[in-house]
Amino acid sequence: MLILTCPCCGVTAEETEFHGGGEAHLKREGPGSDDAALEGYLFHRENPRGVHFERWRHVYGCGKWFHAARDTATLEVFGTYPAQSTRPPEDLLETIRAKRPGWRWRDLA
Amino acid sequence: MSTRLKTGGRRIDRSRPVTFTFNGQQLRGYAGDTLASALLANDRMMMGRSFKYHRPRGVVASGTEEPNALFGIGQGGRFEPNQRATMQELHDGLEAQSQNHWPSLEFDVGEINAHLSRFLPAGFYYKTFLWPRAFWKHVYEPFIRQSAGLGKAPKDRDADTYEHYYHFCDVLVIGGGLAGLAAARAAASGGARVTLLEQEPVLGGRAPVDEGTEGAALVETLAAEIGAMENVTIRTRCMGAGVYDHGYVLGYERLTDHLAHKSGPRHRLWRIRAGQVITATGAIERPLSFAGNDVPGVMLASALRDYLVGFGVSAGDRTVVVTNNDDAYRTALALAGAGLTVPAIVDARHGGAGALGAEAEAAGIRVLKGHGIARVKGRKRVTGVVLCKQVGEGAPVEEIACDAVAMSGGWSPVVHLWSHCGGKLTWDDAQAMFRPDPDRAPTGADGRAFVSCAGAAFGVFDAADVLSQATRAGLTAARAFGKAGEVAAPDAPAAPETNPIEPVWLMPASAGRALRAKAWLDYQNDVKVTDVQLAAQEGFESVEHAKRYTTLGMATDQGKLSNINGLAILSGALDTPIPQVGTTTFRPPYTPVSMGAIAGEARAETFQPLRRSPLHDWHAANGADWEPVGQWRRPYTYLRPGEDRQAAVTREITQTRGALGLLDASTLGKIIVKGPDAGRFMDMMYTNMMSTLKPGRCRYGLMCSENGFLMDDGVVARWDEDTFMCHTTTGGADRIHAHMEEWLQTEWWDWKVWTVNATEQYAQIGVVGPQARAVLQKLGARNIANEDFPFMSFQDHRLAGIEARVYRISFSGELSYEIAVPAGQGLALWKALHEAGAEWNVMPYGTEALHVMRAEKGFIMIGDETDGTVIPQDLNLHWAISKKKDDFIGKRAQQRADMTRPDRWKLIGLETSDGSVLPEGAYALAEGKNANGQRNVQGRVTSTYHSPTLGRGIAMGLVLNGPDRMGETVAFNKVDGSTVPAKIVDPVFYDKEGTKNV
Repeated sequence: MLILTCPCCGVTAEETEFHGGGEAHLKREGPGSDDAALEGYLFHRENPRGVHFERWRHVYGCGKWFHAARDTATLEVFGTYPAQSTRPPEDLLETIRAKRPGWRWRDLA
Repeated sequence: MSTRLKTGGRRIDRSRPVTFTFNGQQLRGYAGDTLASALLANDRMMMGRSFKYHRPRGVVASGTEEPNALFGIGQGGRFEPNQRATMQELHDGLEAQSQNHWPSLEFDVGEINAHLSRFLPAGFYYKTFLWPRAFWKHVYEPFIRQSAGLGKAPKDRDADTYEHYYHFCDVLVIGGGLAGLAAARAAASGGARVTLLEQEPVLGGRAPVDEGTEGAALVETLAAEIGAMENVTIRTRCMGAGVYDHGYVLGYERLTDHLAHKSGPRHRLWRIRAGQVITATGAIERPLSFAGNDVPGVMLASALRDYLVGFGVSAGDRTVVVTNNDDAYRTALALAGAGLTVPAIVDARHGGAGALGAEAEAAGIRVLKGHGIARVKGRKRVTGVVLCKQVGEGAPVEEIACDAVAMSGGWSPVVHLWSHCGGKLTWDDAQAMFRPDPDRAPTGADGRAFVSCAGAAFGVFDAADVLSQATRAGLTAARAFGKAGEVAAPDAPAAPETNPIEPVWLMPASAGRALRAKAWLDYQNDVKVTDVQLAAQEGFESVEHAKRYTTLGMATDQGKLSNINGLAILSGALDTPIPQVGTTTFRPPYTPVSMGAIAGEARAETFQPLRRSPLHDWHAANGADWEPVGQWRRPYTYLRPGEDRQAAVTREITQTRGALGLLDASTLGKIIVKGPDAGRFMDMMYTNMMSTLKPGRCRYGLMCSENGFLMDDGVVARWDEDTFMCHTTTGGADRIHAHMEEWLQTEWWDWKVWTVNATEQYAQIGVVGPQARAVLQKLGARNIANEDFPFMSFQDHRLAGIEARVYRISFSGELSYEIAVPAGQGLALWKALHEAGAEWNVMPYGTEALHVMRAEKGFIMIGDETDGTVIPQDLNLHWAISKKKDDFIGKRAQQRADMTRPDRWKLIGLETSDGSVLPEGAYALAEGKNANGQRNVQGRVTSTYHSPTLGRGIAMGLVLNGPDRMGETVAFNKVDGSTVPAKIVDPVFYDKEGTKNV
């Protein structure tokens, strides 16, 4: 059972207080998008063994969504950051680069 | 025979006799006994029968690893099957029943399976039961059902209570033997909060048995020292059950299982967050694989020693010791010291033992080096052993009469807890065992190791080494918190010089098939050496495959005795080194945890929160026949004396359609969406154009997922320019509110919108039927004629002195108002409506009447007409999908080819020719069969009821090209295999013209 820190209210709590929301930083494909883009948006997900960016909601706390960067194999949490961002913050990416040289996730590295 | 000796037994109190029953027979033991030691003291060596062949089995171990001595303990609401006799402490009145035999333990019909063993090879489930098909029902299934599962499931409701306990500590030490005590002492020396869990009732582990009085004294000193420290918590009878992510650990404490007079919770589940975990879980002795190693009387050497030293019980008068390492010599010496006969130590090693070997020979014990046991004689009890050379095929060299065999194949560290959360193992060739690899430890949230091991669990066995290694582990763990103290390792008893172990995976080394087929690896599941070899031969080369094919290690003991021996045999059969074969996955819990402990307090009323409408108590007092709807309870109907459900529902519908009915609609979701961008946001949430809705008006809206599927519906009212009230389904309120918040927070976070789930703030009452307007007028509503207060609008009125918001909306087709008042005023209004409506015989109606009336009108119900694969277009709801909007959630997905294909099943009504009610979920049959030989289908029933209004069955369904096939008759299947014809009709069965709602 993971421990996460909600970047909105600052509370560090057990996983049971949160709810996972799948892959982070998906770009919504609305009307006008082509079929391939829609398929990617609706159905294709990263499934890395290693660095991953996820959405979580502090559902039994402040109720806010946030993002977490995590290693799916070792369960190390590199950091959490607000849901109102389209890309992980640079200092977090630096942390990950230092700990996991050569990592890749979508177009991030 | 096994018996109680006149002296000895450090764990028993001979001044306190205890009476218990075994299979109904009264027996005696002492306080401090386990059920196993007490049974042995009463010469009950045979304690059960094996799972597959029903072979007689005796106790083989003395701890948690015991695979054979499983019992049903207790009676009625306190009965529990599969309890290990080695872990069950004896108490007055304990009732134990042996398992897995019929008609009795001594004489068992299932034993015939043993003679059929040739026909029950590895993988027999997979091989036998496929063919011929007809045999499945009459032969194979009854056979499997009769033999499946050990013990009997309890029949009564659990009479005990259980609790969960949350605990936090810096360092958690699991295991209270020498290593655990030393680690805890060191970890606590700098002030860190330390918790120590020990599964046995006493601390000390093997030390008092293996290190004698010196060991016992050391344990006492250490326990007293840490027991006096304020920052140390010690729990005995508390097993470390599992280690999970980020330092989460489950402890399983047995509070009353050892008591004759039980009070308070039976088990306590400790939910622990530890900064650092030290597993000091010891090691388990391995059996040796020789023919007849399962005959009652063949036991682990350490177990024989435990029963002798701990309980003053001898397993036999004449014990042959067989070993491949020095440790078993301790058993021989202990037995000889107690005056019992040890005819021989059979040591597979040519070199024999070190100092202990010399000691044994000095004590006059005969030592046969380079020898092994060819086979054990006896069936229900050992009567002798046939010896052979360890090399070779097992030609007999000598026969020795004996009634017990002490075997030792070496020790395997208990690495389970280390491995639960990802700790890796390394093969230690010198000690012939897997041990934790400290460089590949489980890591926590910060990426650093949070589990370490101490003592035998780490592969360290000599007392001095254990104490210094465990002390280091304790100090290192505390250092992670900056709380490292300074403490030297305690002095240890001197260890004898030893000769190295020599791995012996099969005895004799080249045993022929006849011997191998009687050499047991997994006692509980009856897996033999030949089974694992057959699995390898048949291609099940991965250790995980071989395990499942043979069921090796899949019993309740999870292979604690069998796994290493089994994979060594597999390694031999594949000619692959043991480390390359690897182990199967260690999964929590370490030993079974009671279901009650897992549930804790979450049972009956406290299982989950019960949500009550403001009118709940009134319903309960007026015949409510409850139906769970999400976490709510809603009245299905209100039963009157002498009425059944059907009659009550019919009465409620007839009354409502004829005059006046009341519905408690308080549970419907009520979400307020407010802000300058509320209209824009509502347009994204709903398929309809909501931004054009005028304040004071209502609109029926549909909500879809981004995949395009219909997920909820309800009436939206625009309270004012900036504010919408969204009604959702009863079960949907939380989900839909979360859905709105998700989009607001993660996609359109710059939109100025605020949402509030106000479901519980309002009581909402449906006033339904031809007299609805009259009763409102009677309560004080003015100017509410059809023209003044039209359908799909709302107004504020003062009703019976209560400020109320009145929505004129209808889910029944009748003239209908839904009145919202603050929750605290709900009951007053409800009662006022009853009083005012008395002249029209007003009565409440429940959810079933609600459902029938909506179906009579062809209104859809989320969860009936929808199932997560249905889009609004399937339900002919195109009118509620805006074509003017550029975008809404699900719009793009509804343009996918699969959503627009012409042959989707669509909503229609269904009528049987004889007026009967179609079965729920029935399929519309089509011609031919599909690739799996199943009948093709062309639709299904989604809602089906008896309509009292029409006096016949009515149904809705989704059918291929349904709307274009009006009048056509389609066959629907029934459970009994027959079919029933139904005609496709308009789904609106009642008042098609809408004349009622004016």
